[in-house]
Amino acid sequence: MKKNKASNTLSFILLIGLVVLFIAPIFFVLMNSFKNKLYISDQPFALPVGELSAGLSNYIEGIEKTGFFTAFGWSAFITVFSVLAIVLCTSMTAWYIVRSNNKFSEVLYFIFVFSMIVPFQMIMFTMSKLADMLSLNNPVGMIVLYLGFGAGLSVFMFTGFVKGIPLEIEEAALIDGCNALQTFFIIVVPILKPTAITVAILNAMWIWNDYLLPYLVIGISTDYKTIPVVVQYLMGSYGAKDYGSLMALLILSIIPVVAFYLACQKHIIKGVVSGAVKG
Amino acid sequence: MQKNLNKYFPILVLPTLVAFLLAFVIPFFMGIYLSFCEFSTVTNAEWVGIENYISAFSNKDFINSLIFTVKFAVVAVITVNVFAFLLALLLTKGIKGTNIFRTVFFMPNLIGGIVLGYIWQSIINGVLANYGITMLMDEKYGFWGLVILMNWQLIGYIMIIYIAGLQNIPQDVLEAASIDGATKLQTLIKVKLPMVMSSITICLFLTITNSFKMFDQNLALTAGGPANKTTMMALDIYNTFYGKVGFEGVGQAKAVIFFLIVAFIGISQVAYSRRKEVEG
Repeated sequence: MKKNKASNTLSFILLIGLVVLFIAPIFFVLMNSFKNKLYISDQPFALPVGELSAGLSNYIEGIEKTGFFTAFGWSAFITVFSVLAIVLCTSMTAWYIVRSNNKFSEVLYFIFVFSMIVPFQMIMFTMSKLADMLSLNNPVGMIVLYLGFGAGLSVFMFTGFVKGIPLEIEEAALIDGCNALQTFFIIVVPILKPTAITVAILNAMWIWNDYLLPYLVIGISTDYKTIPVVVQYLMGSYGAKDYGSLMALLILSIIPVVAFYLACQKHIIKGVVSGAVKG
Repeated sequence: MQKNLNKYFPILVLPTLVAFLLAFVIPFFMGIYLSFCEFSTVTNAEWVGIENYISAFSNKDFINSLIFTVKFAVVAVITVNVFAFLLALLLTKGIKGTNIFRTVFFMPNLIGGIVLGYIWQSIINGVLANYGITMLMDEKYGFWGLVILMNWQLIGYIMIIYIAGLQNIPQDVLEAASIDGATKLQTLIKVKLPMVMSSITICLFLTITNSFKMFDQNLALTAGGPANKTTMMALDIYNTFYGKVGFEGVGQAKAVIFFLIVAFIGISQVAYSRRKEVEG
């Protein structure tokens, strides 16, 4: 027993060390975000004190250069409405697929599952050209594209869950005079809630961080840039690289993610595990 | 029920279906067709047969990116899984504060690839500045930079799947092993490892597909430099499409090849887990 305790203490110390190692990169960026940009490359590991300190000037400059808050707004708009559209539309579709039980549904389901293994590069050129032709190259169009590209995994996850719901409850509702839509929203939706949360979280994480789709479809010459697009725009553009603004922008991009994570940590971890096991 | 369902087809299925056709089905088939064509926009395609595929396979950058991706995948898959499994073992011992540790280790997974790439670019260049060099001076820095980044991003995620697997081992099995006098190492190898085999399969496939499909991190960390030596497959395809005019067909052919490789990994995962389920 004593030996066990000693080994647990040792493990505890080891874990503390690892926590420091895991947080260090973020601390490094945080530290440099307050440093005068002239010193960031010369003295990257020095604390931002005395003449090295830049106060908030990196943040102010970074926000002005990239229009960070506008980007935040569009990121939030696209993420929130895409996730809502995905959860609502794909849950209905999954329910239809399971309950209609015909050849068409079977084929449709197969194509949805198939789409999950296709990498984005396969369709990125044709999809962005098609989006241009159909005038989907704006935030609302992005929601349509995310619904379409996210449908595979979401339909797959909802379908797996709906299959486990006993048919009797729904039949009872039908006999009581509910139509299919009423049955879905009154009976099925409440049962679907845990899966809906999982699907929402998986899609939110992906869409919020997605760079290539908004970059290709919306581009950088519009006002609809999202956060990943402005970060890359700041660094990928020509001229002297402004590491001060970059550090500030990295911290600003991490804050909403960490806040979201701390707020619904349990759901996120559970969602990610069940998503991984099923996907 | 069936009749009632079909009456509401326009609401239940149509929105998803239309979006899916626009965002996936049509671009996918157009993509396959265009990989056999020469074009600059999708409307001026001209059939050229398998010429694009020949160009793709004789393109040195493409072959290099394939080799680099495979090398990266091997190193990243092994390191991520070993570290994640060891962490999972540590965090299933009932040590105080386990939840907080888990929270911290998982956090990097939520940060987007572009942001991750720039975080590590500044750290690695900061370290290398002590020796008067930058990451773009030698491909090995970019390679190990990507490996470290991948570990930082994925260890927590993979660890959580292993923790779930380890917690599913029935307590009496472990007790039986300890009553029979099994040492800790024996319990680990003879009992724990075989019992989390399904988690190991999932994690291996997850890390392999993640390694192959990596794009954002690659773009932000090195953008392929120096001289395209750290370009992975997804980035090479992107460069072929948008880097120079006149190579869109080759880019699309590369994309089809890339799709086939990723699909092969995905399908073998499904086949493998199906077989496991039957056995279990």
